[in-house]
Amino acid sequence: MEKIIGEPKKAFMTGNETVAWACLAAGADIMFGYPITPQNEVMHYWTRLAPKYNRNFLQTEDELSAGFTTCGAVQVGKKAFTATAGPGNVLMQEPFGMAEAMRLPVLSIIQQRGGPSSGTVVYSQQEVTLTTYGGNGEGHRIVYSTASHQEIYDYVIKGFNTAWKYRFPTFILGDGYQAKMREPLEMYDPQDKGIEIIQPYPLIGIPGKIGEDREPQHLCNIYSLEEELYEVVMRVSAEYESISPEIVEFQARNCEDADIIIISHGVVSRAADDAVKILRAQGIKAGYFRPITLRPFPQQQLREVIVQSGAKCLLIAESAYGQLEKLIKQEIYGETVKIENLFMPGVGIIDFDIIKKVKSII
Amino acid sequence: MEMLAPATPKSWYLPTKPHKFCPGCGHGITLKALGEAIDELGIQQETIFGCDIGCSLLAWNFFACDSTQTHHGRTTPVMVGIKRARPELITIGYMGDGGGYSIGSQHLLNAAVRNEKVTLILVNNTNYGMTGGQMAPTTLPGQITETSPYGRDPETTGYPTRGPEFIAELTPEGAYVARATVSKYKQLRRLIRNAIRNQMEGNGFSFVEVLSTCPTNWRTNANQTWNFLEEKMEQYFPVGEIKSPLGKGDK
Repeated sequence: MEKIIGEPKKAFMTGNETVAWACLAAGADIMFGYPITPQNEVMHYWTRLAPKYNRNFLQTEDELSAGFTTCGAVQVGKKAFTATAGPGNVLMQEPFGMAEAMRLPVLSIIQQRGGPSSGTVVYSQQEVTLTTYGGNGEGHRIVYSTASHQEIYDYVIKGFNTAWKYRFPTFILGDGYQAKMREPLEMYDPQDKGIEIIQPYPLIGIPGKIGEDREPQHLCNIYSLEEELYEVVMRVSAEYESISPEIVEFQARNCEDADIIIISHGVVSRAADDAVKILRAQGIKAGYFRPITLRPFPQQQLREVIVQSGAKCLLIAESAYGQLEKLIKQEIYGETVKIENLFMPGVGIIDFDIIKKVKSII
Repeated sequence: MEMLAPATPKSWYLPTKPHKFCPGCGHGITLKALGEAIDELGIQQETIFGCDIGCSLLAWNFFACDSTQTHHGRTTPVMVGIKRARPELITIGYMGDGGGYSIGSQHLLNAAVRNEKVTLILVNNTNYGMTGGQMAPTTLPGQITETSPYGRDPETTGYPTRGPEFIAELTPEGAYVARATVSKYKQLRRLIRNAIRNQMEGNGFSFVEVLSTCPTNWRTNANQTWNFLEEKMEQYFPVGEIKSPLGKGDK
């Protein structure tokens, strides 16, 4: 594979620029996109870089089209991706649904903005429900929630691999802060880190002569009978569940003896990490748990942390009104630990907010 | 006496025949013309056939060509994505008038403006067939459908969309735009063949609307069906080539 970065090197750039570089390094062939803040600079950087590396771009008429053109390109074996936010994410649920149904390895970068509706162009964590369970399906998706530019770089590369290995639509869930902030990171070519790149392959337009070497490939996503669809959904559900243990990722720190465990995801987890350090220094036994994959969710790992710590309380902190909380509650149903929350929809959360909340609880 | 099998195009996928369209439906004729065009041009191996939702989806395994099936109105962007990713493939999108002119109209319009090198075939039967005969953008004034039970009133619902005419206005030179009818088979086959040839030559966007029949939802017998097609539809929707970079135009 073509080397893009050369020797691993430090960079200082925005998250959106990081996405473009990571897509290049991962070997992405083509991006389809439509302007919406705060993901625009993904396109801006990609359109500047792509021609120099013989990659392609199309600005489509809307997000429906960006999603469906991406679906078309991956069907014929090209590493394609898109990026969107907010109302664009809403529109893309239709093509994402097709990607779920047809098992298309579409990679999408979501830079969350405030909602509902046009909301703000700034920041939120309000696209968790939409990105994990949007569409008229069962949430057969893989969603990585990143917290730093280094993670954006790492997980974009990993996300392409996950998508093409398992053939479930895969998402890098960022936000406006991560999109627009500048931050240091290390860029590298995946092969230099021993990362094996999964090669894309076509589902249609495949080699071999129809009628001699092979049958024609007929892809469909609609069924005549209830039972036909049932079989497909049950088979896909079973496959999703069987691969989930290989995919789930999480972080847990200071949970062993914690009285209170702070659960957060994405950029908020950085505030939670700081808050736990400060609380510990003050003698308060706080722990930190962060799901990196929101789908599939590290259910078993969170349950174990709760049981082993014997914590009295969970504090769920998020820049949304309970979207992470709903995910957690459905995953740990049956645990009797008390659940408190810090919901700040569409607003950034800093360590101070979390510390204040913790002190009001204990 | 020996039974003669009807001549079927080589590019048809025989295990899925007989096809599933209603008796009297024009899709079978259109798909025969398309199959013969694929055979004549010798492109079965490099063709990607894509179909929409609506009656056109019943063609999802019609051809011995690699095929994909999309959502209502979304065949155009899927075909565009395929062609942009793999320009060596011949992409043929197949849709109805609801998919192309209503729910997917923004895709059709913008693909035309960008002169995307795809071929789209849109079957116009003046109603939504699969969903049970609702009014379409192409329903004729006064025509009775399930959602215009007293006849389409242009005052409140506008006039029928003349798709090829607006696409001809939107496209640059190099685009191919035509309207055919299932009542004139040889012309139908020629116009479809031209629309594919135009893509193969890399000239630009290629579009054929095909006037078709829907006796099931029109609630017409054979005579009435053919009369509606030839006397009503072909009056309102003129048949022929509207735009062609392929030398001499249609006579």
